[in-house]
Amino acid sequence: MTALTRGSGRPNQWLRNLNAKIASIPMILTAVVIFLGGTIWTVVYSFTNSKLLPRLSFVGLDQYERLWAAPRWIISIQNLALYGFFSLVFSLVIGFVLAALMDQKIRFENTFRTIMLYPFALSFIVTGLVWQWLLNPQFGIQSIVRSLGWESFSFDPLYDADIVIYGILIAALWQGTGLVMCLMLAGLRGIDEDIWKAARVDGIPMWKTYVLIIIPMMRGVFITTLVIIASGIVKVYDLVVAQTSGGPGIASEVPAKYVYDYMFQAQNLGQGFAASTMMLITVAIIIVPWAYLEFGGGRKRG
Amino acid sequence: MDNMVASNGTLTANETGTGRIKAGPSGRKPRRRLSRRNIIVYGTLIVVALYYLLPLYVMIVTSLKGMPEIRVGNIFAPPLEITFEPWVKAWAEACTGLNCDGLSRGFWNSVRITVPSVIISIAVASVNGYALANWRFKGAELFFTILVVGAFIPYQVMIYPIVIVLREMGVYGTLTGLVIVHTIFGMPILTLLFRNYFAGLPEELFKAARVDGAGFWTIYFKIMLPMSLPIFVVAMILQVTGIWNDFLFGVVFTRPEYYPMTVQLNNIVNSVQGVKEYNVNMAATILTGAVPLVVYFVSGRLFVRGIAAGAVKG
Repeated sequence: MTALTRGSGRPNQWLRNLNAKIASIPMILTAVVIFLGGTIWTVVYSFTNSKLLPRLSFVGLDQYERLWAAPRWIISIQNLALYGFFSLVFSLVIGFVLAALMDQKIRFENTFRTIMLYPFALSFIVTGLVWQWLLNPQFGIQSIVRSLGWESFSFDPLYDADIVIYGILIAALWQGTGLVMCLMLAGLRGIDEDIWKAARVDGIPMWKTYVLIIIPMMRGVFITTLVIIASGIVKVYDLVVAQTSGGPGIASEVPAKYVYDYMFQAQNLGQGFAASTMMLITVAIIIVPWAYLEFGGGRKRG
Repeated sequence: MDNMVASNGTLTANETGTGRIKAGPSGRKPRRRLSRRNIIVYGTLIVVALYYLLPLYVMIVTSLKGMPEIRVGNIFAPPLEITFEPWVKAWAEACTGLNCDGLSRGFWNSVRITVPSVIISIAVASVNGYALANWRFKGAELFFTILVVGAFIPYQVMIYPIVIVLREMGVYGTLTGLVIVHTIFGMPILTLLFRNYFAGLPEELFKAARVDGAGFWTIYFKIMLPMSLPIFVVAMILQVTGIWNDFLFGVVFTRPEYYPMTVQLNNIVNSVQGVKEYNVNMAATILTGAVPLVVYFVSGRLFVRGIAAGAVKG
């Protein structure tokens, strides 16, 4: 149809729309070679005993057995589970409460939003380093509280293996809740004003309206936000590197860091591939049900 | 005050009728309660805002103090003596390993990475989104679906195959390689953004241009491009902040002399050698965060629109 004029005959199927196909070459290459091909490649090589260089000598599930026997991997998974659970709960709750407050037709809404969202513009490295400084036991929050007279106050998550993951959680929430608030606020703004009026006429208290009417109506927004937060959680890497480098010891290791360290530092590619395949499975567990609900059976949203 | 949610319905009745002291027929909210609610709402928001601002404040304050003052003082106290030396040191003298030329090198590396990556990724994705929206061909949707689903795959899964591809192309470890990587990983979200935007433009325009004999590229440059400046700005905001803030790709795909600013910052601050200079570290941290912050504050609502488009549609 494009630049081609092929007389009377039916134009060659391959040459139809040629420019559009040329324009789509980067997308096709990325989709097929990198996303599809790369993923399959990694999964296949996770069954080999590749060390410094990828080699195709299959060893079955050896890498996975070794992976699940490694204390560092177990700690990584535990950290990810803890961090993931709390970060989901807190960012949804805080994000929603903030959005509900912002939705009270307040003044200075723009100012408040600007303040709450600016951390999201910063990188995880910057976030991690700032919170490393704020949580520094010698100079930071702990020493301030102590100098106010509470001598026994102790809060140094970054040097306490038991609670280090919560130190990272604080930083992550500071960085990310603004985004959740914005998404929730957009959801709240999409709700018909008449719903509020009807609830008011019926004398339903405000909090009840939120819990029983508004939140169920925002199901879609909640699910989307959940997926966004969850796929971000699995990827968490920079923040840990900047804030604790995985320490103290290996107390704050996460899977993404495990993968990187084994691939590029320990030169044990097979382990890295196996660990990254586990990450892929984790994401699939989150994404597939969502994609099914959203795009698959019974399209009822809207 | 009176434009609270609760009083919407009764506002006119109140003002024209008996006045504010006496409630209107359906209004049941006396002023006292309204203002108590206001105190709660604004009080909470102000506390929250302070919490969000605190780290920025501490960063700035710390970076303006000298080391002796930091050692004795508290991190929230404003500097007694303002000094800009930490800033100079962070920019020009801070050490990573053997190099002691400060963050400036990382800054220029980041500029050299970000500028071409932003331009190329947006160019590729906008043309691509246009092809998907207006020139659908068989199979296009399939590739597009793979692309969008691929956006959820953890980067760690695809990193090593990309290393191999780049090595085969001879660009592993160079800036070119990193630009290619940013173009690849920017593609899903940007293509989606542009496809949805172009699909939302009136189709008659496109048809009219076709009738007039305009081809693929003519329509793109003469009609689509001039009509879609806002979406290009949104895409630019998204990409500039995203690429500037990247750490993982910078570490994996470049050599130390090309490390972007984030990587260099992390190396400076988390280096185990030497005395920790917290003021220099904080100055360096602000410098690294400055570019995305400026983009954020200048772009305002467009930034929100960008992340909303990026997030909600994904």
